[in-house]
Amino acid sequence: MEKLLEVEHLTKTFTLGSVISRVRITAVDDISFYIKPAEIFALAGESGCGKSTTARIIMGFEHATSGTIIHSGKKEAKNEKVWFTEGIQAIFQDPFATFNPLRMVEQYFFETIQNYKLAKSKREAIERIDAKLRLVGLTYEDLAGKYPSEFSGGQLQRISIARALLTDPQLIIADEPVSMVDASLRMSIVNLFKQLRDELGVSVLYITHDLATAYYVCDRIAIMFRGKIVEMGTVEQVLMAPKHPYTQLLRASIPEADTAHRWQGEIRLSDTEQDEYLRQGCRFAGRCPMVMDVCRRVTPPQFDVDGALVACHLYAETKQ
Amino acid sequence: MKNNTILRTERLHAHYILDVYGKAKVIKAVNDVDLAIQEDEIYGIAGESGCGKSTLLKALAAAVEPPLRIISGRVTYRIAGAEVDVSTLTQEEKRKLRMEYIAYVPQGSMSVLNPVSRIRDTYRDFIESHISVHQKGEAFALAKEHLTELGLPVKILDAYPHQLSGGMRQRVTIALATLLKPRIIIGDEPTTALDVVVQRGVVQLLKDVQAKLKNTIVLVTHDMGVHANIADRIGIMYAGKIVEEAPTEKIFSAPTHPYTHYLINSLPKFGDKSPRESVPGSPPSLANLPTGCPFHPRCPHVMDICKQEMPGYTQVASNHKVACWLVGEGTHGKAA
Repeated sequence: MEKLLEVEHLTKTFTLGSVISRVRITAVDDISFYIKPAEIFALAGESGCGKSTTARIIMGFEHATSGTIIHSGKKEAKNEKVWFTEGIQAIFQDPFATFNPLRMVEQYFFETIQNYKLAKSKREAIERIDAKLRLVGLTYEDLAGKYPSEFSGGQLQRISIARALLTDPQLIIADEPVSMVDASLRMSIVNLFKQLRDELGVSVLYITHDLATAYYVCDRIAIMFRGKIVEMGTVEQVLMAPKHPYTQLLRASIPEADTAHRWQGEIRLSDTEQDEYLRQGCRFAGRCPMVMDVCRRVTPPQFDVDGALVACHLYAETKQ
Repeated sequence: MKNNTILRTERLHAHYILDVYGKAKVIKAVNDVDLAIQEDEIYGIAGESGCGKSTLLKALAAAVEPPLRIISGRVTYRIAGAEVDVSTLTQEEKRKLRMEYIAYVPQGSMSVLNPVSRIRDTYRDFIESHISVHQKGEAFALAKEHLTELGLPVKILDAYPHQLSGGMRQRVTIALATLLKPRIIIGDEPTTALDVVVQRGVVQLLKDVQAKLKNTIVLVTHDMGVHANIADRIGIMYAGKIVEEAPTEKIFSAPTHPYTHYLINSLPKFGDKSPRESVPGSPPSLANLPTGCPFHPRCPHVMDICKQEMPGYTQVASNHKVACWLVGEGTHGKAA
């Protein structure tokens, strides 16, 4: 099987506090996953689960404590930074923070073209920009000479995507791309990812806390909890028949826009986040309704359950 | 019939009047809103960012300060059986009402709790400014009792805000807001910045509080999933107007206004991967509203009349009113 991006045993440790009371938090703890060509892969979880840190490491904003990232069979090396970033482009959560309000939006496009030497003349550059903007339903005319304040959040997010497409990337990393976009415009952005996958064969690493859009748009999904991948498989496997108790809790907690499915029963919340990061064994043990003795001592390995990977001792009987 | 309306607005217009380089700029955030919110109900207001919902809440909470001004219309509370026009209240009367009669739960709990004082000190300040406490321990005992009632651990009183998780902080804020057993609680996106599991815990707490106090909650959020779970009735707000209002089940099963229709049908559902579409176009700027119905530039059913005039409300069923030319001309009046 061809793999576009492979993340192997990625770990990132942050040190908090002063010399006297130093705490080491493992934000990303030995995670491995891969993304196939023309696939939308979701990395989902709550805030503080390490999903954005993982994305930042792949984009090169942070250095991993250990582990490797392999892109099209090649490891990232210092002298190949340009090749690496040309193939992997990113868009971010807040479209208003992505663009400097004092710079014209088109300057970002010309800058990218210059950085990657994508055009020989200005005319050629404009043609390329226009072609990419048309993919997201805009034209060069729409943004020539304009500042970010003249666009809505949804439009700016489309512009971000068009800018990312300039280098003809194989993979777009989208960190919470719709959480700051108006509710009525969200689906237009999400549909765009589908269109890019189907028409251009672009893969997307979709980082989100919103499992409903993840289900709608993604092929495969990994659920992260406190730095670990607890469950990974196709969206049908993971979201329609969740196996890990945490995924089950997460899935049941999503407010569905359907008055027939109101929440039933009570849940337990963690008091502080740090306790769970520093926990021995399974990090969900403190809140898990099915907790066993072994959970508090041993970190569960990943078990293969009907094709999905589940890191939970409940599935120890099935083969590893 | 007994009148259960506790909070009412009549043809309320609230605008921000700004002075930009010597020229007056008017931001029409609330335009012609008629609401009649009942006792013992959870009323949801749904709308996108920039639709004027936070401004409406300011008007409801009688927290109107320049540059925001009430242009016309009025807001009334029913206090001890009599309707009181909020604009006739003095500053001191408003201060008394605040937190004791009408309480406010904001979005960002971190910016509400003082980061350098323990939760117990915040409680003490809060209690002492509203109730005359004679003994030092009395306020603390009251806070303890209240937290136990809500099922929150008492040990958080000794914590600083940063030591608590986001969900716990938000629940502390809700506990503070409900300490004096207010008749009306206004929540401005109280769960928006929270994770889904935590959000469920916070919504659970709000529901518990409402069931205990039998009071009124006005809940603003753009998340239709939260509305479906908690609200009894929903008002859909678009460009400063309530365009549709109905019991929650009706909003989801029979959305009538084209905007509501798009809003409900664009939501992704588990187990259903059929393509969903967003509303075409972009939301209008409140400083430069389209003529007539503000939704007309994005509406697929637009007619000539929509560009010229805004319709009043038409009752399409009992408790279900819509402001759209597709269902009729409608009328304005005192909301029931």
